[in-house]
Amino acid sequence: MSPRQAFYGYGLPYTDISELSGKLIVIEGTDGVGRTTQIEQLKRWLEVEGYAVATTGWTQSALMGKAIDAAKSGHTLNINTFSLLYAADFADRLEHEIIPSLRAGFVVLADRYIYTAFARSVIRGADRRWIRKTYGFALEPNSVFYMRLQIEDLIPRVINSQTFHKRYWEDGAGEGMDYYESGMDLRLGEDFYDSFIEYQRRMLKEFDRMTREFGFHVVEAARSFEEVHRELKQGILAVLENEEPEKKPRRD
Amino acid sequence: MARFFEQNHPYPGRLLIVEGIDGSGKSTQLELLQKWLVNSGFRVFFTEWNSSALVKSTIRRGKKKNLLTPTTFSLLHATDFADRLNHLIIPPLKAGMIVCADRYIYTAFARDVVRGVHPDWVRNLYGFAVRPNVGFYFKVPIDVSIKRILDGRVQLKFHEAGMDLGLSDDPKESFRLFQSRILEQYDRIAEQYHLTVIDATLPIRKQQSQIRDIIRRQLHDYAPAPYLQKEENVYVA
Repeated sequence: MSPRQAFYGYGLPYTDISELSGKLIVIEGTDGVGRTTQIEQLKRWLEVEGYAVATTGWTQSALMGKAIDAAKSGHTLNINTFSLLYAADFADRLEHEIIPSLRAGFVVLADRYIYTAFARSVIRGADRRWIRKTYGFALEPNSVFYMRLQIEDLIPRVINSQTFHKRYWEDGAGEGMDYYESGMDLRLGEDFYDSFIEYQRRMLKEFDRMTREFGFHVVEAARSFEEVHRELKQGILAVLENEEPEKKPRRD
Repeated sequence: MARFFEQNHPYPGRLLIVEGIDGSGKSTQLELLQKWLVNSGFRVFFTEWNSSALVKSTIRRGKKKNLLTPTTFSLLHATDFADRLNHLIIPPLKAGMIVCADRYIYTAFARDVVRGVHPDWVRNLYGFAVRPNVGFYFKVPIDVSIKRILDGRVQLKFHEAGMDLGLSDDPKESFRLFQSRILEQYDRIAEQYHLTVIDATLPIRKQQSQIRDIIRRQLHDYAPAPYLQKEENVYVA
């Protein structure tokens, strides 16, 4: 994708991004593909290589705090409210974490990005063009790695006694599977399992569509951790090294 | 959904909205209009551009800690509107009532653009909104509005005066500059969205009479939903 930083759409008219020397690398993929573990290892590896690394997730920002949790627990959000709440949360992280890190020359590893928001909103009935324009203030990543896992490989990773027991007993969630990640707000099936299968099927379909639209680098995630890790490392190195020759003349 | 706003809404009710800068007298006019509508036997439902419980505390916290940027400010207000639309505007419209809104999405178009977001971005953001049947814009020169505001108030609040924009250190001067820019945006919006412009310097009663004439024409083919169609409810003065 773009060698220099660029906005995805309308941008932030009041923010100058010409001085962003860092790189934004996104790891996408549905729940259970092992994104978070990969990112932890990638961060360690990059730091050994001498890169300063910041990670950012798709969770609560400083501004939103528990507002999203509180709103979700009421279960009365419609699709527009839901989409905009996440967009506000993301905007806060973009302006207060991602952009400052890039300005300081960091490699930013994003554990999910706007594409997760696109998929979740579209599945819940949002218009594709509307949600894309809404996120027009986002930065376009330097590269997006999509860790793809088909449903039959995903099931054993999500449904296993370790994660179920942790969620049900230790976290006190009273459920083995995540309510929203199972699409239970959409009632796609009569129970969590049926709903989960249908929800993930729709998520994968949306991600396939976006792979074509945005040119994701697809990483087949059904392989061993090491194999996936090696491919991610190669891909990231290509992004970081390709930039060096271009960067040097700019410093003079 | 994104294109929803571009079409007439499908509900049996009517949506009437008023817009204008602070001190334009729009709220007074809307109140008088409602009195007349209720007296004429219509079912009226009032709603205003206020923060709902959903994001109120977040906005307050963001303001206090100075965390809000033009984009998050805009997105939080859009989130808030989405929630109010869903809970406070669409149900009465579906029930066939006359919904009177004190300020609507044009408030966000004007204010957020002055704060620095892209005009087309914020317009897209509200693409899911219900298009009003009638929109009045109360146009008033900046000096008249400022005099009306300052006569009734001791002190201007920080955000109200647009102090966060750094236009001036003096709250009164900041307010004047901020409101002038909003006014400029409103003039564009009124043209783009064909809002009915009311000269807000005219006597109150004169303005009200113009508004009622327009509403009378607008309600000429209005048929309340069956459950609101009791004889005593339908009568235009």
